Amino acid sequence: MTTLRPLSLMVNGETLTCFAEPRETLADLLRRGLELTGTHTGCEMGVCGACLVMLDGAPVHACLLFAVQAEGSAIETIEGLTAKTAIADLQCAFHDRNALQCGFCTPGMLVTAQALLARNPQPSRAEIRDALSGNYCRCTGYEAIVDAIETVARRRAAGEVAAAFAEEPA
Amino acid sequence: MKARAFSYFRPATITEALTVFAVAGGEASYIAGGQSLVPALALRLQAPERLVDIAHIDALRGISLEDGWLRLGALTRHVEAHDDPLIAAHAPLLALAAPHVAHPAIRNRGTLGGSVALADPASEFPAMMLAMGAEMEIAGTEGTRRVPADSFFLDLYQTALEPGELLVAFHIPAAGPEHRCAFDELARRRGDYAIVGCGTMLTMSGAETSSARIAFLAVGATPVRARAAEASLVGRRLDSETIRSAQAALAEDLDPPDDEQVPAAMRLHLARVLLGRLLGSLAEAA
Repeated sequence: MTTLRPLSLMVNGETLTCFAEPRETLADLLRRGLELTGTHTGCEMGVCGACLVMLDGAPVHACLLFAVQAEGSAIETIEGLTAKTAIADLQCAFHDRNALQCGFCTPGMLVTAQALLARNPQPSRAEIRDALSGNYCRCTGYEAIVDAIETVARRRAAGEVAAAFAEEPA
Repeated sequence: MKARAFSYFRPATITEALTVFAVAGGEASYIAGGQSLVPALALRLQAPERLVDIAHIDALRGISLEDGWLRLGALTRHVEAHDDPLIAAHAPLLALAAPHVAHPAIRNRGTLGGSVALADPASEFPAMMLAMGAEMEIAGTEGTRRVPADSFFLDLYQTALEPGELLVAFHIPAAGPEHRCAFDELARRRGDYAIVGCGTMLTMSGAETSSARIAFLAVGATPVRARAAEASLVGRRLDSETIRSAQAALAEDLDPPDDEQVPAAMRLHLARVLLGRLLGSLAEAA
């Protein structure tokens, strides 16, 4: 039963037609089929939050969704959010505050942070922690992550706009 | 951590879904939000040959108020239970419980119908359906029927749903100003399964409680109504003596299992603490 199904998806603003086995998760399709490897697969059972993507504007676990279920939906990955500079200020704040150590959880953290601030522009630290309750950082760098999100909330409230995040040259 | 191969169907109507399920001869599963089913498939705890995706059936959607009943389509998402103004006004227990259900990203996908049809005894929404006296609208090849929450939850993960039947909607008696509702749970970490949780809905007549519904989660194989505690409240003012008698009555209502982390006596104690807090908060709100 390895029948492939044709599939039409909007990924990072681009309409794509591809083929997927029904059992293939959206996370696997993004990583393997589309080479969007910023969506990380950690637990593959909806616990760690490393695979979060925006599905029709709301964060969901790409590991808890078969690609065929997403037929007709609009998906934004960390690559798409980065390219349109929607999270440039979050990325800069994470960088400045050292809110990432190994970086494995960071894409999911950024997706959660972006959705939180869209819904609640000035969250308390407790609200930030609650929003992050489904994102695991096994380096346990939570304090810095909460700091970075709090900083961005303050900056956005003050109307500051960040430049696009650029990786430092190696 | 990968699901076994299956075939995938996306019906557009309830009738089509029932048929697609029926012809699979018992080797099918419905999927809506999939937030419990997909992990079960990934871990190969379940391996159906056919997945019937009901998430695109319009008749399973919608939130409306009619003749004193709130109708919630089975596809209503957890996040809607949290945010929807009609739910907040007329089924406040769902709105109060929603922040305790898993984590934000799970709540964006998970559906009330999926949670209640799964009937995990440690889940919040099944117990709240019991506390609110909801009725489940169920479609099958023979037609549609309504089952009250009191006779819906039969045993561990077992409900009145027959194989192939589809949970269509919840019909909830709309709460009004005479109702007072409270929910809370005790969990080691936010988002973890609760050690014990409770939803309480009182109907007030002046200062006295005229009727009460109290349901607990995580105290046995199904969500459990605390009928003795309910009876101890009726016809009385909600004062500290009444609250103590309701707490005492829980010994008749709950018979929690022993497990390695939480002995039965501890769970009963925590259930009493929780009920005391909830009733105390409702007394103060008066």
